[in-house]
Amino acid sequence: MKVEITVNGEHTSHDVEPRTLLAHYLRENLGLKATNIGCDTTSCGACTVLVDGEAVKSCTVLAVQADQQTVTTMEGLDGAAKGELGHPVTKAFRQEHGLQCGFCTPGMVMAAVSLIEENPDLTEKDVREGLEGNLCRCTGYHNIVRAVLVAAGKDPDAAQAAEAVSDERTTAPGFSTGEGDK
Amino acid sequence: MIPVGFDYQRPESLDAALALLAEHGEDATVLAGGHSLLPVMKLRLAAPEIVIDIGRLAELNYIRVDGDEVAIGAGTRYRDIVISDVLAKECALLPAVTRTVGDPQVRHRGTLGGALAHGDPAGDLPAAILALEGTIVLRSPRGERKVPITEFYTGVFSSVKEPDELLVEIRVPRTGATGWAYEKFTRRSNDWAIVAVAVVTAPDGARRIGLVNMGSTPLRAKATEAALAEGKSIEEAAALAAEGTEPPADNAGTPEYRRHLVTVLTRRALQTAAG
Repeated sequence: MKVEITVNGEHTSHDVEPRTLLAHYLRENLGLKATNIGCDTTSCGACTVLVDGEAVKSCTVLAVQADQQTVTTMEGLDGAAKGELGHPVTKAFRQEHGLQCGFCTPGMVMAAVSLIEENPDLTEKDVREGLEGNLCRCTGYHNIVRAVLVAAGKDPDAAQAAEAVSDERTTAPGFSTGEGDK
Repeated sequence: MIPVGFDYQRPESLDAALALLAEHGEDATVLAGGHSLLPVMKLRLAAPEIVIDIGRLAELNYIRVDGDEVAIGAGTRYRDIVISDVLAKECALLPAVTRTVGDPQVRHRGTLGGALAHGDPAGDLPAAILALEGTIVLRSPRGERKVPITEFYTGVFSSVKEPDELLVEIRVPRTGATGWAYEKFTRRSNDWAIVAVAVVTAPDGARRIGLVNMGSTPLRAKATEAALAEGKSIEEAAALAAEGTEPPADNAGTPEYRRHLVTVLTRRALQTAAG
C-alpha cells in the first residue's frame, strides 16, 4: 500500500505492507536512524516521534496510520540533521548533561518537545510525570528533568527546590531532593 | 516484532466502516488508536485478515452534554478526555481516571471506545464506566442498541458486542465535578493497576464503586455499596470490598493480597470522595 507522509518537512512516499510499523518506515524506508527501537512493547519510549505535533510511540503505530500526516523525528529539530544543537530542547540536554549512553535520548527529546508544547508552564513534577513513558537506564533522570525545565525557560534549581518543599511529606528521609533550600 | 500480514482499510465514513464490518464479520478487527490491538498483533496473539481503521472518523470524536448525560464518541482519545472542560464540570471522575492510563504518548493515541471494546479487566476505564453506570451504544447496519455497562461484559476480553457491531458512543450520567475518587495501585507509574478502585456519587446521592483487576470483568463492590446505604461507616463498609470478587494471581500479587488491597483502596477512595 502506498503511503505519503511528510517527515521533517519533506514529502516521502513508499509502497509498504500494511503491517509496517512507523518506526520501521522511518529507520528502514527513510534511513532516519535517530529513532531507536528499545522495548518494542510501548513501554520504553525510545521510539517516540511526533505525529501532527504530538508525541507517540512509533513502535505501536502503523506507517499506514500516519498516511497523509506529518511526522517529526529528532533529525527534524533545528540544525539536528547537520549535527548542530539548534533546538531549545537539544541545547538544554547538552547544557544540563541530560544523557549518558544516549539510547533513550531521541525519545526523551521528542517527548519533551511535545510536553513543553502542551504545557509551557512546567513544574518539576509535571516534567517527571510527563516523561513517565520514557525509560532511561543510565541517568537516574535527574539531569534529564533539569534539561526539560531549562528548555521550558525555568530555573531548574528553583523548580527542584520548590518541589523538595512541596514533596517533603512524601520524600524518604535522607533522599536527595536536589538543591534543597539553597 | 511484526504482525502477521493483513489487509488494511480506512473507510471515509462511519457508514462505510459499518458496511465493511458487516461484510467481513469475524475476519475483521477494528483499529482506532491501536494501543491495545497492535501490541497483541505484534505478539501474534491476534492475526485478523482485515483491519478496519476508524481512527480518523470525525463522526466518532466528540464530547457533549445530551440531556442528563454526557455523550462521548467512541473515537475520542484519552488526551481529549483528560483536557475536556465539559467532563471536568459534568463528570470529573472520567478525566481523572483517564489521566492514569498509560503515559502521554499512549494517551495521544488510545481511545475510550477502544479501551471499552477491548475490555481488559485490569483496564482503568471499564471499571470507571461501570461505577458511573454508563451506557454503551452499539451500531451495525441492522440498527443501533444501547447496552447498560452492567450487562456489557461477559468475561475476560469479551462482551455482548456482535462481530458486525461497532461501539460508537459511551453515555455517562452528569455526576458533576465533586464526590468522586480514583485510587490506583501500581508498581510503576505507567503500569496496569494491580488493583484500583473508582468511587462516584450517583445523582441520587448513593456511592457507587467500580473495581479494577478483581475478577474476569470489572466489578462493583456491591457489599460495600449496600453497607453504605444502610448507614454503616466508611471503615466498616470498605472492609467488605472484596466480597464476591475473584481476583487473579500474577507476578504483582496473590489473590489474598488483592483482597486485602482492595479494602484499603476502597476506604481511601471513599474518604477522598467524601471530601
